[in-house]
Amino acid sequence: MSKVRVLVGTRKGAFILTSDGKRKKWDINGPHFAGWEIYHVKGSPADPNRLYASQSSSWFGQVIERSNDGGKTWEAVDNKFVYDGVPGTHQWYDGTPHPWEFKRVWHLEPSLNDPDTVYAGVEDAAMFRSTDGGKSWQELSGLRGHGSGPHWAPGAGGMCLHTILLDPSNPARMFIAISAAGAFRTDDAGKTWRPINQGLTSQHIPDPTAEVGHCVHRIAMHRSRPDVLFMQKHWDVMRSDNAGESWQEVSGNLPTDFGFVIDVHAHQPETIYVVPIKSDSEHFPPDGKLRVYRSRTGGNDWESLTKGLPQSDCYVNVLRDAMAVDAFDSCGVYFGTTGGQVYASADSGDSWAPIVRDLPAVLSVEVQTLP
Amino acid sequence: MIRVVLPAHLRTLARVSGDVDLDVQGQITQRSILDALETRYPVLLGTIRDHVTQQRRPYLRFFACAEDVSHESPDTPLPDAIASGKEPFFIIGAIAGG
Repeated sequence: MSKVRVLVGTRKGAFILTSDGKRKKWDINGPHFAGWEIYHVKGSPADPNRLYASQSSSWFGQVIERSNDGGKTWEAVDNKFVYDGVPGTHQWYDGTPHPWEFKRVWHLEPSLNDPDTVYAGVEDAAMFRSTDGGKSWQELSGLRGHGSGPHWAPGAGGMCLHTILLDPSNPARMFIAISAAGAFRTDDAGKTWRPINQGLTSQHIPDPTAEVGHCVHRIAMHRSRPDVLFMQKHWDVMRSDNAGESWQEVSGNLPTDFGFVIDVHAHQPETIYVVPIKSDSEHFPPDGKLRVYRSRTGGNDWESLTKGLPQSDCYVNVLRDAMAVDAFDSCGVYFGTTGGQVYASADSGDSWAPIVRDLPAVLSVEVQTLP
Repeated sequence: MIRVVLPAHLRTLARVSGDVDLDVQGQITQRSILDALETRYPVLLGTIRDHVTQQRRPYLRFFACAEDVSHESPDTPLPDAIASGKEPFFIIGAIAGG
């Protein structure tokens, strides 16, 4: 490995940041798709030059872009996301039934071994799959057909399917998360799904331990241990050691357990990262100090990482898809903020420096470690 | 030849500069213009009208001869000046948002 490529989605375009293994000097390339909201850009693990980008706007709707050369050039592919059958209704903010309406793609997850297969998590919550490089999309409608769909409700950002985790050891198993329905798992490649929310407690729903209705913000796993999942929920940082069958809280000594991102060190499956945010009504770091928290024990025991991060007057947010790690021996950790900064650490979080400071608000950050 | 003026972002998406000239067969209506436009530039499918309902996207308007025809039936014939190409058919993005 000699090169790293950071794929950044922002409110007004995509940016590609590249560096060598030292991760000191960076080239900034962009904006791609200037003026459009880029919710997510992600590369195929099977072909790093194959990238997919979700491009959307309130005016012109959804476009999916594909690159075959690492982001030098792009082509629009199919943008037709049509729910299977009669879409039905979910719960609206006021509790009334509301028709399922496609709004945008939040997350694109390329297959681990086929560059032409990619999954899309969309708002209103559903999962789609393309097996032809994005030229056509089919809904995995067993998820919405699980039966609990009429009880799902949007979070403040919309009813989005924002997390897709593919199990490297079992191609039939996938995990997804929806705000605000919760986490779900399939063990048959997406035909059927079941909620995996036992152990979650959410005070904002009538039954705090209900089967669905939880506002899960993000789930992460280490590929060597796909049964171990880490979750940043609306409030609470959680962990599961049995593929989501049950969860336990590991917020421990965090200054606040609200937040959006969570990720796992590339080589240390028990080392995890979060960025605590003050509260659900104050979406900025506590005390104006931007701090990443790291646990080397899989939760509960957390240390703050501040070197190189602003420790006064900082009131940015770090959104749910805006943290990633690279695979260098000295693991790099990256995150982007709503203030337009992308921070990088080349030493597992011990110290940080901005790659770039003045982008539009960052929606997503993904990292590719390249030969 | 029908002339269509696209919003800047759709010109970029369709990789065109300036107005788009379209050869539209039959009666000149919103629907026949948009059908011809999408046939020539498939990348615009879904960006002006919903894929399924064919409804105009909420933040877009259609102007013809200084009139807002957005709320007319998509099958209402457009003015002769549009049909003759003397005046362009405007697809306008709302001045909204950031």
